[in-house]
Amino acid sequence: MLNVTDRMIVLPGDLIGGKSNDYVIVGSVYWEGDKAYAATVAMINIKGDVKPMEVQVIPLNGAYKPRQGDIVIGYVIDILVNGWEVDIKSPYSAYLPINEATLKPIDVVTADLRNILNVSDIVLAKISDFNLAKDYPVTLTIKESRLGRIEDGTVIEIDPVKVPRVIGKKGSMVNMFKDELNCDVTVGQNGRIWVRCRDKRDELFVSQTIKFIERESHQSGLMDKVKAIIQSYKSTSGLP
Amino acid sequence: MSSYPFEIIPSLRRDTLRRMISEGKRPDDRQLISMRDLTIRVGVIKTADGSALVNLGNTKVIAGIKFELGKPFEDTPNEGNLIVNLETPPLAAPTFEPGPPDENAIEIARVIDRALRHSNYIPLRDLTIIPGKSVYTMWVDIYVLNHDGNLIDSSMLAAVSAIANAQVPRAIIDGENVKLDKSTKIPLNINPQNMPLTVTYYKIDKYLIVDPTLEEEVMSDGRFTVASDGENIVALQKGEGYFTPEEIDSMINNTLSIVKDLKVKVLEMVKTPTGSLLF
Amino acid sequence: MVKQSPIPLLTDGKRVDGRLPEEHRPVTMQVGVLPNANGSALVAYGNTVVLAAVYGPREPIPRYITVPDKAVVRVRYHMAPFSTDDRKNPAPTRREIEISKVVKQALEAVVFLEQYPKSTIDVFLEVLQADGSTRVTSITAASLALADAGIPMRDLVVGVSVGKINDTVIVDLNKLEDNYGDGDLPIAIAYRNNWVLLMQLDGVWKPSEVKRGLELAFKAAENIYRNMREALKGRYMAVVQQ
Repeated sequence: MLNVTDRMIVLPGDLIGGKSNDYVIVGSVYWEGDKAYAATVAMINIKGDVKPMEVQVIPLNGAYKPRQGDIVIGYVIDILVNGWEVDIKSPYSAYLPINEATLKPIDVVTADLRNILNVSDIVLAKISDFNLAKDYPVTLTIKESRLGRIEDGTVIEIDPVKVPRVIGKKGSMVNMFKDELNCDVTVGQNGRIWVRCRDKRDELFVSQTIKFIERESHQSGLMDKVKAIIQSYKSTSGLP
Repeated sequence: MSSYPFEIIPSLRRDTLRRMISEGKRPDDRQLISMRDLTIRVGVIKTADGSALVNLGNTKVIAGIKFELGKPFEDTPNEGNLIVNLETPPLAAPTFEPGPPDENAIEIARVIDRALRHSNYIPLRDLTIIPGKSVYTMWVDIYVLNHDGNLIDSSMLAAVSAIANAQVPRAIIDGENVKLDKSTKIPLNINPQNMPLTVTYYKIDKYLIVDPTLEEEVMSDGRFTVASDGENIVALQKGEGYFTPEEIDSMINNTLSIVKDLKVKVLEMVKTPTGSLLF
Repeated sequence: MVKQSPIPLLTDGKRVDGRLPEEHRPVTMQVGVLPNANGSALVAYGNTVVLAAVYGPREPIPRYITVPDKAVVRVRYHMAPFSTDDRKNPAPTRREIEISKVVKQALEAVVFLEQYPKSTIDVFLEVLQADGSTRVTSITAASLALADAGIPMRDLVVGVSVGKINDTVIVDLNKLEDNYGDGDLPIAIAYRNNWVLLMQLDGVWKPSEVKRGLELAFKAAENIYRNMREALKGRYMAVVQQ
């Protein structure tokens, strides 16, 4: 028997339901025998009209847990012998080895790493490995074409659990910024977002709108609200 | 959340901030010399003899006054003892570690102490019980609860507001013995017109800003505090960086007008005790 | 307790503040009060007010305090100098260190430590106003702050203090009752599971009194738990009503 309804808020220890053919429980839960309980403050999202439905227990707050393959935005905080230490706003520190930073062959002995990346630089990177046994559990790479140093635009920070909301279903939310304002918005799974527009004022507007999405992430009808905000901005700025 | 002994501000953000400041603007739309929203609530801690909670933007500081019996210092037999203590507990910022006050906390406490003493805001002579033998020791304990920049000015505000709210327990003299009767308190006698406030200027490139957020503060390369009662300068403290005599002149003049206006606001906010500690 | 109370603690079945033996003081709670912390809460049991902040999970400095297979919980319980009748010296006392430890032991039992190996979860508790029962108020605040930070846990934790005046078992001690009563039994409960996570005893109690104390604590926890739920949900409540 499902103990929750769609859009309900649950708290740690709340019973969600049990093992059933009618539904499948995923997300921020823990199991005791064949019963699932909420592990954090979360919102229930019940997906699908055909059984088995998916009962998603979506956490409303929490730290970023690195996953292999995730795209993240990091800040270089230290230059080490063979690479850089990068902050990815996570309980685990990240390391970008020199041979994952460039496609060109590098002479490790003579190279000055500062020429490639310096402290305080921002990188769009991918997590190539997450291994707790290492000193730096997270290993990054920027060797793919769209990855690398971020040189312009604005980077803002949001709660990592709100990332799916900012992206939207199949990217629908984030694509609105591209379609309506011609802005590139790249969302790091670790809650950092890179906004690039032709006009700095548009970047400021997009940043504020993303913060709005973060605050209202648990509200329904968010897409429509954001659409309206963008339309209003466009008309007052005289944009087409 | 990573934990480093410094704030991480990437160069792209620094460049953006520098550009904004050179255009006279800040991320929260303020002008260079504007302060954030300020609220002060007094009488928030029942166990204290006076208290105040200051919210300056997101910076939150609480101050509590406690009176004890003490012996006067040898060179000031007719004055009470004023002791200012400031703590930056680990709950206020990810970079604060538990432990005794560090050099930053001590510096702020001492600047506030000097400003209080020289402004004569609290006539310390009034805190004498038996001259040369028994006086009140007045503890001003300032606790930073959330650090979002400008701890000096917000702590000064908390201190003077708590003092304005202070009530002194009656001293009962029985021959040679003195006891404090905490059930009877009378308002501390202060000189409101002498209330000192600080304005701390932070330098980014060649621009001076007032009341920075933590981000702006971390980015700054100079700091200079001016304490005033609106007419006189009662303390000065140069922190990091360098300042020209012209800049110092400008800061001192700016401070007098900022303090005059700010004092009016503060005196209004400390009039009515709130009673509740809810944020 | 050998000391004599300045005023009688129990008169005609009523306590110094007019409460009945089983009556808990009114509680108020706010969640998310400190912007810098990952989670925070302000809790008041009557005039006892505690502020809790959680930072974590995060990498600690120094790194060597972490363990390879789970998170380490660090708790710092501290009383502000102005929180007590006589000013308290801010330096940590043995009492504060012991309380920090028993609170840590309570929270460790419900936090899913294995989800964040090699990290620390720091819980900072600052008593701003003390009127008895500070450690149990702190635990309630800590639980709310942990939930606010999104730290995965089994349950919410409720702190309740129990004491006795002669043979009468009472709930939620104020300072006078704490100092001059005949016993002190602070308890913390993982509410859903009915697990006891913190329990200490001071004084001389009959086993039946201890049992009664536990019963009363569980009963009093109900209202506190309800307040905790409202405080946590309150941040998102406007949503649900829509």
